[in-house]
Amino acid sequence: MALLDVRDLRTHFHTEDGIVRAVDGVSFSVEKGKTLAIVGESGSGKSVTCLTIMGLNSGRRIDISGEAIFDGVDLLAIPKDELRRYRGQRISMIFQDPMTSLNPVHTIGRQLREAVQLHADVTKAQANARAVEMLKAVRIPRAETRLDDYPHQFSGGMRQRVMIAMALINNPDLLIADEPTTALDVTTQAQILKLMNELQRDFGSAIILITHDLGVVAETADDVLVMYAAQPAERGGYEDIFYRPHHPYTWGLLRSLPHLATIGEDLKPIPGAPPSLLNPPAGCRFHPRCPYVMDICTTVVPEFALVPGSGDHRAACHLDEETKQREAATILTETLADSA
Amino acid sequence: MATTTSEETTRPAPLGEELLRVENLEKYFPITRGIIFQKEIAKVRAVDGVSFSVRRGETLGIVGESGCGKSTMARCIMRLLDPTGGKITFDGQDITRIKGNDLMRVRRELMMVFQDPYASLNPRKRVGYIVGEALQVHKQGTPKEIKSRVQELLDVVGLNPEHYNRFPHEFSGGQRQRIGVARALAIRPKMIICDEPVSALDVSVQAQILNLLKRLQRDFDLTYVFIAHDLDVVRHISQRVAVMYLGKVVELGTARDLYEHPKHPYSGALLSAVPIPNPRRARARVPVVLEGDVPSPINPPSACRFHPRCPRFQPGTCDTIEPLLERKEGSDSEVACHFPLETWPMSDLRLPADSTPR
Repeated sequence: MALLDVRDLRTHFHTEDGIVRAVDGVSFSVEKGKTLAIVGESGSGKSVTCLTIMGLNSGRRIDISGEAIFDGVDLLAIPKDELRRYRGQRISMIFQDPMTSLNPVHTIGRQLREAVQLHADVTKAQANARAVEMLKAVRIPRAETRLDDYPHQFSGGMRQRVMIAMALINNPDLLIADEPTTALDVTTQAQILKLMNELQRDFGSAIILITHDLGVVAETADDVLVMYAAQPAERGGYEDIFYRPHHPYTWGLLRSLPHLATIGEDLKPIPGAPPSLLNPPAGCRFHPRCPYVMDICTTVVPEFALVPGSGDHRAACHLDEETKQREAATILTETLADSA
Repeated sequence: MATTTSEETTRPAPLGEELLRVENLEKYFPITRGIIFQKEIAKVRAVDGVSFSVRRGETLGIVGESGCGKSTMARCIMRLLDPTGGKITFDGQDITRIKGNDLMRVRRELMMVFQDPYASLNPRKRVGYIVGEALQVHKQGTPKEIKSRVQELLDVVGLNPEHYNRFPHEFSGGQRQRIGVARALAIRPKMIICDEPVSALDVSVQAQILNLLKRLQRDFDLTYVFIAHDLDVVRHISQRVAVMYLGKVVELGTARDLYEHPKHPYSGALLSAVPIPNPRRARARVPVVLEGDVPSPINPPSACRFHPRCPRFQPGTCDTIEPLLERKEGSDSEVACHFPLETWPMSDLRLPADSTPR
């Protein structure tokens, strides 16, 4: 059984302008010890999905429906106090910007200890020992002395390591990482991704990785969910998404990346911009930007259907299977065939 | 909004004479202590002896991690910051110390596009004003002429000329970056310095802006200095690329040479850290993961600044003799390293034979 099973999740915000359907029917599951990557453009609902699961954006002006079954318990149905016991202990989260998610006026030692003591009945010394152990695990040099430092005394990459240490300090079953490396340089990003990989191997946590970087997805993901305008466009194993993509939006993403074969050529961007979620297009939400648009796309919402002959590869598109396979093959030769 | 068709492939225009020459450029920021009697206690060596030249019609890419001095250098060339030392020659004229009207004249030909399309447009001004401001400042025509020129510019960058009276917040990130580009084009500059122009954009929109920049370069005979930390983007748009580390250029060569045969160990590490959007190749390669962080530019390491992190470090040489940026035998690129890479391990990795779609 999956560790986390999200079914038909919807998060609707009531605003002065109308209802913003930030997440509108998203389903996915995460297996123990695996990494699920959620990809999509800004505003596609990646972050709101995860915040909703963590119970971090509930309020009176928000409608939430659907289920998020974590280890047999629906996180969306349990009271807040109970949810708090899960958060930080069995499920934890890393945010994009480590400077704004650490408290600038407390030492990192105090912040790390707090994470331990909130969930376990331990002494300060024991919590301290655990904090040092975690800082060592994320390879921060001189861990014992650095406990007394404040967040501003660390570099960006080091701060993100502290965040990871804090997130993993209670051995969570699930780690949600929201763009954990977007603010970092490539060399630091490589260090952090390697570290997350090793920690996943050692601690066996499942990871939900939110990112817009297909390169990062290719390096780390087991399964991929591609989101477009608050809905899933495509979902499958990483090989399905990169080598047999079945949705024109995924094709567009893969095609718009610069690579060896595009040198001296124009790139092939997806025309236009993502739609407003206040008033999304009828039918398939991608149809105004889709080069393969047909009449049916403008009126009928495509089913998030299983790709014939696949295990659990789904895509929401009206195109026929033959065209999809042909396009997938073209894209593979266009984008991935370069060797340098 | 794809504005060009694929048959109009870009061929690099025949390169003209040198348009910009930067020699030994230095920019130090003082660190002071004391309130009334400020005493300088240290210097941040943000740019420390950078030399390169850019030819007319060319795109020079500049890559490096945050804090390596890329943006400071761009601001020195724009004369938004005064360089501490060195010389900048633009279009045959020494612009290092010029002031007043001379500087105004140069700024008509040298423009900049900034990274953050949200922060670089005045939210209280209308798009027409933002794009036409330079025309007003440089007194290029009557208000009516300026308006029609602005509308023409909006059309050129793929925006609706009727949106002349809108405010920046009414546009998406990609559209705002188009406004930034239109503003830079307004007074027909010779050179545009692009400081991370696509870093804040989603990939699909990023591709639109890159295509736009390439088309404008063809149509208006522009020269670009293109600063970015995304190596794939830089490779796509540049003919030559300079790699910077801690205020210095460590390698400078054609994009092809640099990406296929990097010579400096730092360039190699940087290239191997770029995630590859192809899972089988990404998982098959052995990355060179650099340990530690970029050292502080206040007190940089001796001699070769990369030596504490370098996999090819040789004690006695790298930490005592500073390597100069020079051409090595049998290569067109310049590299500042005592022990440059002879082979590039990633170059013989090919797409596995079994990766055809089932």
